[in-house]
Amino acid sequence: MKIAVCLKRVPDTTAKIVIGATRTAIDETGVKFVPNPYDEFALEAAIALKEQAGAGETTVVAVGTDASQETLRTALAMGIDRAVLLQSAGSADGLVVARALAAELKAGAYDLILFGKLAVDDYNHQVGVMVAELLGLPCITAAAKLTVSGSAVEAEREIEGGVEMMACALPAVVTCDKGLNNPRLPSLKGIMAAKKKPLDVKPVTLDGASFEITSLELPAERQAGRIVGEGADAVPALLALLRNEAKVL
Amino acid sequence: MRVLAVLEQRDGALRKVSHEVLAASRQLADQSAGTVDAIVFGAGAVAGMDQLGGFGADRVLHGTHADFALYCPDGASTTIASIGSEYGAIILAATAMGRDLAPRVAARLGVACATDVTALGVEGGSVTVTRPIYAGRILQHGKLTGTTAVVSVRPNTFHPVESGKAGSIAALAVPSFTPRVASKGVKKPDAAMLDVTEASVVISGGRGLKEPANFKLLEDLAAAFGNAAVGASRAVVDAGWRDHGEQVGQTGKTVSPQLYIAVGISGAIQHLAGMRTARTIVAINRDKDAPIFKVADYGIVGDLFEILPRLTEEVRKIRSS
Repeated sequence: MKIAVCLKRVPDTTAKIVIGATRTAIDETGVKFVPNPYDEFALEAAIALKEQAGAGETTVVAVGTDASQETLRTALAMGIDRAVLLQSAGSADGLVVARALAAELKAGAYDLILFGKLAVDDYNHQVGVMVAELLGLPCITAAAKLTVSGSAVEAEREIEGGVEMMACALPAVVTCDKGLNNPRLPSLKGIMAAKKKPLDVKPVTLDGASFEITSLELPAERQAGRIVGEGADAVPALLALLRNEAKVL
Repeated sequence: MRVLAVLEQRDGALRKVSHEVLAASRQLADQSAGTVDAIVFGAGAVAGMDQLGGFGADRVLHGTHADFALYCPDGASTTIASIGSEYGAIILAATAMGRDLAPRVAARLGVACATDVTALGVEGGSVTVTRPIYAGRILQHGKLTGTTAVVSVRPNTFHPVESGKAGSIAALAVPSFTPRVASKGVKKPDAAMLDVTEASVVISGGRGLKEPANFKLLEDLAAAFGNAAVGASRAVVDAGWRDHGEQVGQTGKTVSPQLYIAVGISGAIQHLAGMRTARTIVAINRDKDAPIFKVADYGIVGDLFEILPRLTEEVRKIRSS
């Protein structure tokens, strides 16, 4: 089975996020970057599926600048076989990114293409589904449970008030949610091996965007409120405030 | 601008979020002297469909197909795409269904998609949006310049408006489609709990609850409120105490309830990101220096095991009076 995983380099979720001078991007100075946490579930799923099958090939693909090479090496150190960097500055329009990925993935004739369900930077929730549509493949989003047997794919995804059970056939695109697995950490041996694995760099042009960022802004700071009191005796005072002042009761 | 509102139903009845999608669509149409069509998918009639005029729909388009009893990604996207280019904007909810469907529609129409939008406008014929990114730590303002703007709106952000107007219902032709992916059904938990993204009140617990069984205290409080959901911090989800679907924060869900009660949660930056847009925040924690008190409107310092039962009892009294 040939499996591809699409990966994005994002700021660590604990990093302090500061708006840059252009006001349309963040200031990356001093920010630690990591593989998108949801993409790690996809990487783990790909490696585990290949291990189960005992054969196959796993490929990781990223759209990004040369800085993404380090992120791709992390995926190789986890156990992915080869990497492709679609070298570009990226785009705020998910469809433009999806088109570049679809062109690369189409050529690879993969059985399964995995994504994280969203990237924790721009929260777009869309590139994986768009790639599936562009390639004419079935797509299951936000899978928290995934089984592949033969060419049958079954997945469970959390929806409001329940779990939706989805099914499709390979080749397919699946986007991965937390709960799917526990991503492995790269071993020392894996890190050494990753240095020798192939990483192809292919420049791509991303144009035709129909979404543009006009500005970024910090949300209004919440004012620290007040301590109503200590212990259970403060409960009536709290409820009076919720009812009369906040008017949420 | 002509606006198409894509509504959601479950088990043959419209979901509450559908009225929010209509409110957002109406707002956009009114800013551009336009009209709102609402599309409803179902295997047959959908309860509440005849009242949509009063919630802002000028016309309801009813698409029926045997596969539409459950969510049908390929059927829904094919049908919407078949009429989508007649509209300046297509509005969905940023729910499990809308997040799956919006990018499909955008890709089929060859236009951009703005997800999880919290404010909408029209500027020079283009739809403008505000979206929280980095789990709400930054607000992104953007513009959709394609012929049709595909937008999903965050639940609990646009409030339903009842006008008392009448609307009409028309049957919509469903084009033939290939069902590449199929829903095999929805498993429901034994106790029907609201989702944290849709509840008016969210009560979240953290490490301070000491052990998983103590979340019963939060469930009791949620039951006392009646329209509440239980949430959890990343620490307790990672420890396996609670399901990841309940996690609030940057690697979980972003919530905007009327009332958020954080119990035994210290307030890590990635948790604060997920709940800062709640209208009112209450924190209950034994550490008076916990960061959660810096964002909370009201706080009680003390032992949650004494405070919660009292709170539940008092809320019950209020709700039953």
